Amino acid sequence: MEETADKQIKVERAKVARIQDLQGETTFTFDRGMVLRDKSKERALKIAMYTFLIITATPIFLGYAWIFVASFSKEMTFGIIPKGLTIKHWRFLWQAPNQVMPIVWPVFLNTLFLGLGTAFLSVLISTPTGYALSRLKVPGRKLFLALTLILHAFPGISLLISLFWVLQKLHLLNSIMGVVMVNAGLMSPFCIWVMKGFFDGIPWDIEMSAFVDGANRFQIWYKVMLPQVRPGIFAISIFSFIMGWSTFIYVLVFILKKQGWTLSSYIYAILGEYRFVDWGFLAAASVFFILPVLFFFVFTNKYLMKVTIGGMKGGG
Amino acid sequence: MKLAAIGKLYLFFLPALVIILIFFAIPAVTTAIMGFTNMDFQFKWNFIGFGNYVKMVKDFLIWPIWREGKLARPNIIINTAIWVFATLLINTIFGLILAILTTSIERRAGTFFRAIWLLPRFTPMIVYGVICLSLLLPTKRGIFNAVRGAVGLQPLDWISLYPMAVVIITGGFIGASMGMVILASAIDSISEDLRRAAKVDGASWFQEIRYIILPLIRWPLMFITAYQTLSLLTSYESILVITKGGPFFASTNWSLYAYKAAFDVYSGTYAYGYGAALATILVIIGIIFSIAYWRIFKFKEMMSEPKIEVE
Repeated sequence: MEETADKQIKVERAKVARIQDLQGETTFTFDRGMVLRDKSKERALKIAMYTFLIITATPIFLGYAWIFVASFSKEMTFGIIPKGLTIKHWRFLWQAPNQVMPIVWPVFLNTLFLGLGTAFLSVLISTPTGYALSRLKVPGRKLFLALTLILHAFPGISLLISLFWVLQKLHLLNSIMGVVMVNAGLMSPFCIWVMKGFFDGIPWDIEMSAFVDGANRFQIWYKVMLPQVRPGIFAISIFSFIMGWSTFIYVLVFILKKQGWTLSSYIYAILGEYRFVDWGFLAAASVFFILPVLFFFVFTNKYLMKVTIGGMKGGG
Repeated sequence: MKLAAIGKLYLFFLPALVIILIFFAIPAVTTAIMGFTNMDFQFKWNFIGFGNYVKMVKDFLIWPIWREGKLARPNIIINTAIWVFATLLINTIFGLILAILTTSIERRAGTFFRAIWLLPRFTPMIVYGVICLSLLLPTKRGIFNAVRGAVGLQPLDWISLYPMAVVIITGGFIGASMGMVILASAIDSISEDLRRAAKVDGASWFQEIRYIILPLIRWPLMFITAYQTLSLLTSYESILVITKGGPFFASTNWSLYAYKAAFDVYSGTYAYGYGAALATILVIIGIIFSIAYWRIFKFKEMMSEPKIEVE
């Protein structure tokens, strides 16, 4: 009997010691895991984790490294090791690289327009609607919310064919503007929900005081609320810009003329039928295409993650 | 007066309504109607009843031929099932592993690895395709084959030999990041006290995952599974870029089949009506899934009444 009590006391003491140990450690280091465990086991576990993460990420790393290296090298040996430096793969920046492919700048301008247009239209659509859904109690509000959610379940392929018909009727086939509007439409449920989330986060005292001062809804929205949700607008613009800039399938299907090419169709054309591909040129064009995305990705990573999570908030 | 005031408030919805109506609602209805026509590039509304759906049954049920115990022609339904199930497995299980690992190591290293895994998601699809092809090239120039060559093995034509494996893995590399980001933030938001308590009680790392983390991230995990099932059912862009659904139809799934029916330059059929019918089936499945989400994830709570109301 006494023995078990003794044991109990020992266990409790050990726990207290562990708690002290833990508190001591966490006050001084910000290590989040495994403070108490056997040190050598812990190290082995960590090495295993890093090994797994590094090995699985290697194909990604190799692939991205390849397009950069290949775009500047005369020849690639062993797939990834460059041999000789050249800028001839980048000649699409100052001349037509071959008989079929045009110089890149008009294509670049189309792509830029597609990205900026999508971003602009997305903000134009989602800021007033997001505000109204967050703050106004008007008949049809719930219906509208339900509608955007249901539409969110209709991605890509289900609308592609009839969108082709709609654009043809509106004489918007072969025009970047048509793709901009399709993009903005398809992204609008997402953008509206994200903006609604941002408006929801603004305390309504600010709005209230403007109300008391006699401002109407539109003034409040424009002058009081919009400055408050600037981070949201920023996040949506970047997100839609990247989506617009990268648009692939809609450009491929809705734009059939060379004048309307974007960088997606440009690279698709270089790729052609996989035979006789100029891999250096392909790599250089890919780098050119991906650079703005990488730029935004590196500098606004946190924003993008916030939007990605914000858009899925319902599940969390 | 009051009615007019309320009417004015609808101006807030106007831009969204116009765009959604023209580029979302009308096409959604049109798809369903178009499925009953044999429309081609001439855009004639020639109604043929359930003709497209009969053709579909013929295509999918009679089309695959068993020869000497082997499937001589690939079946789109089987392809779609394999594609959705296997890629979903990568997206959730691998995404979960990445989320747990990147939250278990030092914070900076974790953020770094998460950023690497997010890259494929933000890379334009066509560039992602180029990168995958550079890895998979059948000659010695391909990076995987260069590695094989270094140890004295012959180069392999990965895409012809393992078309489904190629599309599943390349698709999974894009999809895993969504699970990773959401689950990592869910794990991060688990109260530190709970994890400390487990440690104080002497739980091992695996026990901590099994008994603390997994039960607490059950809902996001289920949400990702449900959401990804739907997106995988309708996604085909990465397949189109990397294998073009081939060789023959070996890696073509349902949505790519619909795309090919309508827009494939090489077959030149331009069967918009048939493509629309194929898409309609996907839409119906999509609606069923959405209703299920609605029930499971209590979207009603997200639509709660606005806080401020001044009239």
